[in-house]
Amino acid sequence: MHQREEKIMKRRTFTRLATLALAAGLTTGPTLAQEVLKVGAVAPKTGPLAGGAAVSYWPNVKLWISDVNARGGLKVGGKTYKLEAVEYDDQTNPGETIKAVQRLVDQDKAQIVLPPYSTGLNLAAAPIYARYGLPMITSTATTDKAQALSAQFPNVFITLGGAKPVVQGVVETMVKLRDRGDIGKKIAMVNVADAFGIELMNEAKPAFKQAGFELVYETSYPLGTQDLSPVMKAAKAAAPDAFIAWSYPPDTFALTEQAMIENLQVGAFFTAVATAFPAYSGRFGKSVDGVLGIGGVNADGAAFKAYAKRHEEVTGAKPDYWASVMVYSSFQVLEKAIEAVGSFDNAAIIKHIKANSFDTVIGPIKFDANNNNPAFWTVGQWQGGVFKGVASTGRDGAVDVLKKGAWK
Amino acid sequence: MSRLSARDWRNLVLVAMALGVTACLPWTAGAYMLSIGVTIAMYTVLATSWSLFSGPTHYISLATAAFFGVGTYVTGIGIQYLPYWTLLPIAGIIGAVMAALVGLATLRLSGVYFVIFTLGLAEFVRQIITWGQNISGTKGIYVLTSIGETHIYWQLLGLAALVWLLGWLIGRSRLGFALRIIGDDEAVARHSGIDTARAKILLFMVPGAVAAITGAILAPRYVYIEPSLAFSPMLSFQVVIMALLGGTGRLWGPLVGVIPFTFLWEAISVSFPNQTTLLLGVCFLVIVYLLPKGFVGLIDAAKKRMGAEGYA
Repeated sequence: MHQREEKIMKRRTFTRLATLALAAGLTTGPTLAQEVLKVGAVAPKTGPLAGGAAVSYWPNVKLWISDVNARGGLKVGGKTYKLEAVEYDDQTNPGETIKAVQRLVDQDKAQIVLPPYSTGLNLAAAPIYARYGLPMITSTATTDKAQALSAQFPNVFITLGGAKPVVQGVVETMVKLRDRGDIGKKIAMVNVADAFGIELMNEAKPAFKQAGFELVYETSYPLGTQDLSPVMKAAKAAAPDAFIAWSYPPDTFALTEQAMIENLQVGAFFTAVATAFPAYSGRFGKSVDGVLGIGGVNADGAAFKAYAKRHEEVTGAKPDYWASVMVYSSFQVLEKAIEAVGSFDNAAIIKHIKANSFDTVIGPIKFDANNNNPAFWTVGQWQGGVFKGVASTGRDGAVDVLKKGAWK
Repeated sequence: MSRLSARDWRNLVLVAMALGVTACLPWTAGAYMLSIGVTIAMYTVLATSWSLFSGPTHYISLATAAFFGVGTYVTGIGIQYLPYWTLLPIAGIIGAVMAALVGLATLRLSGVYFVIFTLGLAEFVRQIITWGQNISGTKGIYVLTSIGETHIYWQLLGLAALVWLLGWLIGRSRLGFALRIIGDDEAVARHSGIDTARAKILLFMVPGAVAAITGAILAPRYVYIEPSLAFSPMLSFQVVIMALLGGTGRLWGPLVGVIPFTFLWEAISVSFPNQTTLLLGVCFLVIVYLLPKGFVGLIDAAKKRMGAEGYA
């Protein structure tokens, strides 16, 4: 009996020593004095939206935390915190998003919870963020219902805009090209028969008509259509001056490829989501020159250039030219608001976000009465290997739109 | 129908008491546990109603997502025009009618044909709704209500109680007896004068209606409804695997599958956020190989062994 006790004692001492050694090995000098702050992030790592989140969302979580820690940490009321990410995969399932946010707050005690990814998952999580009183500066949700949303959830902020301004930007761009004599008034317009594509098409049709354009060809195709060559053949047969597609990533790629195969000659070629992805120019090389797409950035601005450089250094991938920088900027707004308020009092942070303007990578962000950021990029164009913003609702640095030449 | 024995009464009282205790969860647990409670209640309702049909007949239905999605759209569209409480029965009726139509068309098919048809059904309904959106030009639907998670939880518990009651009544009825015979040998059932098609269709309407009501209850939780979220095929597979893990032979079988599976899933999501799908697949394989009859089979075997020891 006595012997056994001694054995246990020895074992305990050994365990303690081992733990101490391990702790000493893990902690380095300066971090010892700093507290660690958990930052929760939930977005798809699997499911239909995993691809988009892997480009626009997850790298920015990593970059933002790395940037804040690199400058010493988050300064809150005299204390400096090192940030540490707690990441969850919601499997592109709103039920899982809701559960993960609650887990982050209740179980992990995360002080900061970043917004989820995509319109649907952001809105599904909005009531939970509202109940916890968390500030929710969405960066990947597009909606024209900012007013109704901010009335129901006063903690929700919208930064990426909605369908109406995007359509307006595209129409203005086309009018500019037409007035310059680069294109005529005949347009072919197609859309993917799903959510965003439908909404954009329905906004665009009357808008183009009002601007004096003639719709010579229009069609929609189901989400996931593999073969878009009939669509492109029919569009070409209508001999349009401009081609516009309200498309999603897979069909953006497929339509561009078909346009090259059919050698569609238009003065303006516009595809929507994913045109701004680095993978788009990676796939089509020099042929992308002159292609118009949804989104854009102030690509020549020093702020974006420095951001893109850090993004590539830290995450090993290039940012996209639309949502990436907005995701990062929305994190910056939160960062600046917390530091300005000097505590984790969420009500005060939300009040501060509503009242102030924030200097971010994308430029100043100031929310309107409906918690909506009114200034965002709507149209961009590939020019010399870079996707540059050509139209926005009040952002600096837009370049002149160019007439599209032949496919290379 | 025979009279209730003392044992039946005892079971009824026990179930009622258990439901009463679980209904107190919103006061005793935090928001996180409540959201797990909602998940468990939702899958219990879906898996139990699923096994009411698929258990005795051995027809694997992958149509849960179709009915569920239709239910969410009933709430999504209807909430603008009708009071919320009328939407649940409407969703149930639409789900039942849909199930009857599908049953008429397919339940004469058997085996793999039925499985494939039900899998395609969710996609089919989703495409119809997408087409409707394309025509009408509306995108996703916003369900902005004041219905919170607590109310959703209670509604699901109530629905679970109804499903159990219904399952218990069916088990005692001629219909339940007929279905067990169909499950054992359909040819024998037909030769005994059972209208097998009618019996199967009637029973298939139960999971149809229940899944639609569940979707209608959960719509306010999602706030924003679009086809790709409402008709996620994963839902159908999860319901099947949970029901199989529990075992379909008993009314309480799916419940003992849903609870451990939900916590297992939770553990995987927390510990391995980058490999959830992979580990989920491994779990599926393990369940099918090691527990072909589910926990119910395991419990029954243990009971039998104990009984045998007692006599020895």
